[in-house]
Parts: sequence; C-alpha cells; structure tokens
Amino acid sequence: MTKYIIRRIFYLILTLFIVASVTFFLMKFLPGTPYSNQAKLQPSQIAIMNQKYGLNKPLWDQYLIYMGNLLHGNLGTSFQFNNQPVTQLIAHDIGPSMQIGTQAMIVGSVLGILLGAVAAIKKNTWVDSGATFISILGISIPSFVLAVLLQYYFGYKLQWFPVALWQNFSSSILPTLALAAFPLANVARFMRTEMVDVLDSDYIELAKAKGDSERKTITHHALRNSLIPVITIVGPMAVSIMTGSLVVENIFSIPGIGNQFVQSILTNDYPTIMGLTIFYSFLLVVIILVVDILYGIIDPRIRLGNGGKE
Amino acid sequence: MAQKVLDVKDLSIDFDTLNGTVKAIRDVSFHLDKGETLALVGESGSGKSITVRTIMRLLADNETITNGTIDFEGKDILKESKKEMDKIRGGKIAMISQDPMTSLDPTMNIGNQVAEPLRVHEGMSKHKALEQAAEVLEEVGIPNARERMRDYPHQFSGGQRQRIVIAMAIIDNPDVLIADEPTTALDVTVQAQIIKLLKDLKDKIGTSIIFITHDLGVVANIADRVAVMYAGKIVEYGTVDDIFYNPQHPYTWGLLDSMPTLSMNSDRLNTIPGTPPNLINPPKGDAFYARNKYALKIDHEKQPPFFKVSDTHYAATWLLDKRAPKVTPPESIQKRQAEFKKRGEADHD
Amino acid sequence: MAENLPPLEDQFQFASDDLSNLDTESESINTPSLTYFQDVKRRLIRNKVAMTSLILLVIIALVAIFAPILSPHDPNAQNVLYANLPPKWGSLNIPGLNGIHEAGGHMVNAYQAEHVPKGTYYIMGTDYLGRDLFSRILYGTRLSLFIAVVATAVDLLVGVPYGLISGWVGGAVDTFMQRIVEILSSIPNLIVVVLLLLILKPGITSIIIAIAFTGWITMSRLVRAQTFKLKESEYVLAARTLGESPFKIAMKHLIPNLSSTIIIQTMFTIPSAIFFEAFLSFIGIGIPAPNASLGTLLNDGQKAFHFLPYQMWVPAIVLSVIMITTNLLGDGLRDAFDPKSK
Repeated sequence: MTKYIIRRIFYLILTLFIVASVTFFLMKFLPGTPYSNQAKLQPSQIAIMNQKYGLNKPLWDQYLIYMGNLLHGNLGTSFQFNNQPVTQLIAHDIGPSMQIGTQAMIVGSVLGILLGAVAAIKKNTWVDSGATFISILGISIPSFVLAVLLQYYFGYKLQWFPVALWQNFSSSILPTLALAAFPLANVARFMRTEMVDVLDSDYIELAKAKGDSERKTITHHALRNSLIPVITIVGPMAVSIMTGSLVVENIFSIPGIGNQFVQSILTNDYPTIMGLTIFYSFLLVVIILVVDILYGIIDPRIRLGNGGKE
Repeated sequence: MAQKVLDVKDLSIDFDTLNGTVKAIRDVSFHLDKGETLALVGESGSGKSITVRTIMRLLADNETITNGTIDFEGKDILKESKKEMDKIRGGKIAMISQDPMTSLDPTMNIGNQVAEPLRVHEGMSKHKALEQAAEVLEEVGIPNARERMRDYPHQFSGGQRQRIVIAMAIIDNPDVLIADEPTTALDVTVQAQIIKLLKDLKDKIGTSIIFITHDLGVVANIADRVAVMYAGKIVEYGTVDDIFYNPQHPYTWGLLDSMPTLSMNSDRLNTIPGTPPNLINPPKGDAFYARNKYALKIDHEKQPPFFKVSDTHYAATWLLDKRAPKVTPPESIQKRQAEFKKRGEADHD
Repeated sequence: MAENLPPLEDQFQFASDDLSNLDTESESINTPSLTYFQDVKRRLIRNKVAMTSLILLVIIALVAIFAPILSPHDPNAQNVLYANLPPKWGSLNIPGLNGIHEAGGHMVNAYQAEHVPKGTYYIMGTDYLGRDLFSRILYGTRLSLFIAVVATAVDLLVGVPYGLISGWVGGAVDTFMQRIVEILSSIPNLIVVVLLLLILKPGITSIIIAIAFTGWITMSRLVRAQTFKLKESEYVLAARTLGESPFKIAMKHLIPNLSSTIIIQTMFTIPSAIFFEAFLSFIGIGIPAPNASLGTLLNDGQKAFHFLPYQMWVPAIVLSVIMITTNLLGDGLRDAFDPKSK
C-alpha cells in the first residue's frame, strides 16, 4: 500500500509538471497582448513592461524561471489586478468557491445516495420512476440554466434568497443548489445501478435466509456494499462542480476563483489563467488520489490484497 | 411412522416474463421426515431451486404462488407474516447456497457473518455470539478459526468459503437445512469433503436436509429418499434403493443411464435426447412425452397420475397402468432391477 | 384415477411411430430465436420512453435541417424599432401569446405602442436588437446540433482507433498511450477547451476542435477496455491462429462487437458536446456574434431574464429537451444492448 501511494504521488507530480509545461507554452502562442490599454502605450513603455514581466527574455529562460517559481509555490503576478501575485488572488477568492463547492458536493452525494437507494429498493414502482425522472432532469439541464432559473424564481420573484453577491450563508444556498443538481443526479443513477446489483446478489439472498429482516439486509449488507463503488465517482463529481462554478459564480456575482478564471480569460490575463489551470489540475489530481487511497482503505478486498486464494 | 417436519402439498408457481407466464412448478407435493435427507434431483430448470426458495419464502418479484400449502410445525409457511418468516429463516430453516464465491458479504468479516443468525434469532450479545461462531467454524473445519474470524471472504478458498456458509447455516441448530447444489461450484476433491462434512453434521445435530442436485452420484452418497423432478413436476419418488435399483419412470431411467459408472464397459455416454418443454405452454399430457422413446399415445393426451410401486415408492408414468404394454427398460436399468430383486430375496432369507 | 379412463386400448399403444413429427412440433412451440441485433431492436421499440425521445429528436433534427425554409425572418436582421417585443400569435388572445406584457407596472400592448403593422407578429417575440427569436431559435438549434454532431464524429474518428490500437497492441505502446490519456484527463475538460479556444481563432471550427479534443478520451477508454477483453476471447484467438491480418480481424470481429459500446457512448457524447458549446457561448468565448446558437441565445436571454423571461425560456427549454431526449435515448439503447444492466 505505501509503495503504491509513493508511486501514485510520483505520477501526480509528473502529471502536474507536464500540465504546467503545456500550459506555459500554450500561453506563449496566445494572440492578443496582456496590456489592456495597449493603444495608449508607447513602444518604450511596452519594453519596460516586458522587462518587468520578464517577457523580453528567450522563451527557454522564461520557462525555466516560471517552473522555478512554481517549485516555490509562486504562480507569477496577475496582469489585471494591480500586479497582485496569483497565489494571493487564489488565496483571497478560494473561500466562497470552496464553500459552495463543498456544500454542493455534500448535498449532491447525500441526496443522490438516498434517492438512488430508495429507487433501487422500490425498483419498478412509481418511486423508482420518479427518481429516474429527477436524475434525468439533473443530468440534462445545464447548471447555468438551472442557476438562472433558481435566481429568477427564488431570488427575484419569491425573494427567499439573495439574488446575487456574497454576504452570508443564505447567499450560498442558490449557487449550491445549482451546482449540486448534476452530482446529485449522477450519484443517484450510479447508486441505483450498484444497489440493484447488490440486492440481486447471492449474499443478500443468503442474508435473508439467515433471518435478517428486510431493513437489516439493507442497512447491514446492501448499503455498505453499494456505497463503496460510489466513492469512485467523486472525481468526476468534483470536475462537474469545478466546471459549473465558472458560470454559476458569474451568474450570482460571487467573488470566487471560478468567476476569477472567466474574468482572466476575458481580459487575457495569462499568469492568472495559467495559475488557475495549474491550481485546478492540482486540486483534481489530489482529489482523485485521495479517493483512490480511500477506496483501498474502505474496501477490504483491496486493503488486504488478494491473499488466501487464487 | 416417522414424524413429518415439512409437508409440501400441491404447490404451483407461476413466473411472469416478457414472453408470457411460465408455469414453473405444477402440483408439486412431497414431505420431509425428521432426521432424514431428501434429495431433489433433476435437470437445471426443472424447478428444484424455485421449490426450496419458496419454502424459505425467498420469492422473486415476478413470482406468484397459485396454489398449495407448505406445512411446517403445524402452520402453513405460505400464510406466515413477514415477521414470523424472519424468525423461521435462519433459525428453524436454514439454507446453503450454490456458489460459495458469491454467497458471502465481501465487506463483512466472517466472524460477524457467521454470528449474525445468533444475534438475530437468539438476541445474543456480540461477544457470546462471536465465541460460538468460532466454535462452529472450528467444527466445520476452518483451521485457526479463532484467528481467522476477522478475515474477509476473499481471503478464503472456495471450499473454505462453503464451510463458512455451512457454519452460518447450522449455527442456530435449524430443524431443516436446505442445501441448494452445495457442491456444484467446487472441485471434485473438495466436493467429497463437503458431502462428508454435511453427513457428519447431520448425524451430530440431527437436522433434516433437503439436498438439491443434478448429480446422482452425490445423491447415492448422502440421501435417504429421492424425488425426481422434471419440467416443474415430481415424476418419481422413493427411497434411494427404490430409485437407484428399481426405477420406473422413463425419465429416471434416462438420468441413471446417463450417469457414468466404472462398471460400464461402453465407451460412450448415454444422453436423453431433446430439451425440456417450454413451460409457458406446458404440454397437456406428460411433459416428458416428446423425449420419451417409451411414450404411449395416452401420454400425449393426459398427465399420468402417481402409481404406487411400494409403500415408499411412487412413479407418475402410464407404463405402470394395467392396460399398458410391457416394456423392456434399457439394459443398464435391467441390471439394476435384477440387483434389486436379488437384494430383496436376500432380505427375505 | 386410472380406472376412470375410457377403456380405449388404443391409447395404450406406443407413440413412437408419430414421435418424429411430434419432436418438430415441440420445437416449434419454443420462441423463435432472434439474432442479437433483432433482439436489440425489439427491446428498443418496446421501450416507450426511448422511442418517444427518438421521435422528438428526429423532429428537432428535421426542424434544424430545414431551418432556412421554416424561418419566417432573417435570424440576423436587426430592427431596433421592434426590439424586445413579446410573443404574439396572430390575433389569438391568450395571455403571454397576445403581444401584451408587463412594463413598468402596467400591462402594455407592445405591438401597438411600437406601431407594428397589423399583419406583422413574432410568435416567440424579438430580442434587444429586434431580431426574430423564433428564427434565431431555429438557426441556433441548427448550429448547436451541427457542432455537436461534427464534434461527436471527430470523437469517433480519434477515440475508436486510439482505443483499438492501445488495447490491441498492448505493452509499452499501451502504457505510453494511456499515460497521455491520464495527463489529459487530470485537467478538467472545460479548462482544456478554454485554453484551446484562447489559442485558436474564435469560430465554429475552433469550437468543434476544442470540444473534440477532450471528448475522445472517454470513447478511447471504453474501446480499449472492450478490445482488451475481446482480444483474449476464443474466436479472435482462432482468427489469429488462422493467420488473419490484424486489420481484417479488427474489421470483421472487433468493430461489430464493439458497436454497442460505441453506439451507446456516442449517444452520451452528443449531449455533452451540446453542453460545452452552450457553456462556452454562455461565458462569451464561444460562437461569435451575430450568429445564433443555443448558448448565445441563452447568454442574450439571461441579460434581460428578469424583465423579459421569454427570451431565456425558449432557448432553455429547447436545450433541455435536446439534452433530456439524447440522454433518455442513450439509456434506452444501453438497456436494449444489455438488458441485464437494468
């Protein structure tokens, strides 16, 4: 297990290195210039700016400097926000993003698991059909459409929640719901399939044959066995939440890193785009690694190896 | 007269499928005496597993019991409440299933799994139940049972897993043990060990066993009585000797004839030609008619009733009717019947 | 029992004489055997939800294809005088469809206020530049579907061979190819797409390339896994021993066997491509103005959503219906190909 984790961490670093390198060179091919008020700038001023940002050095040197800085956790400085270091920008804006992201993850998985389990237990009844209907809606309706609808009805019309901005907990509710819909639907579908399989298995039949009541077969045997594989879709869930957060934060004017990413794209702020790309990738690979390790710890078949037989 | 533990009467079961209603079990009756082992024999699809699962009331979603009663301890199992059934299952009637590789919960250690019936039925404390589980695991032949209680199913071999499943079934001293092809998925050497274990346990705890199999070799080894099933019906039943040495139904002849034996000096295996009938539209006469080379015209029209061969032996074939022509069974069956006769005479002497 | 039978001695004759034809009779009772694809088709046709989705999708696709004929107006023609007119269906007087809407706290007949000639009306209203929304929806759907279909086709062209080669060749080649896939998939798809869009010139081709660039990964993974399984199967082994060339084996044995995986995955690639296009256009780096796509329509509609909700509702509904029906059809296909999965 330890050996496995070390190997995985090595690949994680390699992956991030490649992601950073590719992003760096891609950015260098970008059309347009980072200086938004370019027209008013004298060539001499541009030269000064270039020198300041190290843009006059050979590409290779720029690359080495960038990677060196990266090793020290320095993602460069932003072009648009008064030369703030990108790391500082991320640190400043990560709070709201993390909050709605985590909330969406929790709401999505808890409700998704419940919905999927209930659908599986009540297979082929109206409850199952209802759950399937909800999951299809959740998977099909894009988060930004849902966000706008939620904003209109619960924010603007009914005024139950703030329409936008980031003030208190209630500001986070609508964005959370908009982001949670897809993971919820995804988990519900996955959970239903797993649980239907498990409920159909020999060991559930034998558990019933042992005299376990229906309730006990579900709580003691079926739930645990169907929940373990659900862990594997936490990675894709995180991706969908990250993706969704770009627009959802924008729609609700939440000062998070998703909103920041969109702004930096629209203003050609290379260092911020690069920094956030690397940050998002880092987040994703770490989540996937943690999930894999967690899976190994929870599932005895992996934790204890395939010893004994075969 | 032995005491009946279980009495199945006129059981009929339908299955709803996409293609229509399958009449999977048709008027099946049999009983189980205290302390005996009854073997249910037949091809796959003949309804053996469905019958015993119905005894445990482990019904599939698309299954309907259209007729019949199952008496157990003076009550009809089919009319028991869910709660009552939970008490019977695993306590008074226990089951061993076919495939030990998939019968154990992969995420629960075996100690807890084996102890579960005691916790459910006897309300035993965890500590006490685990203590007893260790004893039973030792009894069924798991080496170092005490240390291995915390291991998970995947850490055991197939044979060991089947022993664990057996331990789980017998831990609460059931009155009836249902063994659904418990050796089919195992290696031949392991099969013999498991059969021996079941025999030993039966003698020790005095439970009655319903043993399902399609392997007649195993039957001879373990059963007291045999019921032969074909296409959802019982076609012949009797003691092991009745069935093995004095079979009457052409289907039983076919089964015995297709069993390889050492004394057989033919180099080919006999088979029963054809396939069982489709039970969506069961034939109105004898279901074995189309595959039966001894079939009478009446077999096509009318289902044969049970004819009494002896006090213990009944067979449902028109060949036993007074009006039926004499038939000569296959050679191997004749040999068996001759053997039976000789034994009978020896007994009288 | 037996005694109650009529003494028909004839009944107790052997039946073996007519057994031969009875044998065939018993065979004929059995359900006719269907080929795999016939069986799949039968299961699909029986699935009402999937069939309804298929019909809806076909209708939407036909409408999209014939958008130039069906559109009452030029989708890009601006008429600022007639900006933000609500929907009006001829002389029908149904609230919401009669050209009357709320403005500044009063119910206003927008068509009268703007002096729109009597015969002129817009069944889905107009946008902030006075463009006919109905025509824009038709053209927008057309463009979105076009992008999704082409991107999916590119996915197939890249993903299927990639997975086939990786799975079939195996060894170091497979390890290397999978390492690439692993790296690509550790950046969220959307970010890859955004980065690509920044480099390429904005336009339809760029969007297709960007969407296809990440879309093939899932396809290649599934194909690779299936190929691995098939490679070890008996009949492929037999074909190899008989000396058939790898290409021939792939065409003859693998593609037919992979087809279910590919068809099902294609059904799920299309909605994801539609989603990406809408997403990119929504944040403003997708289809450039003045072209209409479902994403740009949503983006335009969202700006005025609080006051003129119909401008957002229509594209939102069309987008959702396409997403829902493709997903449902995908589910239906999966169930039809693999009935056990249900």
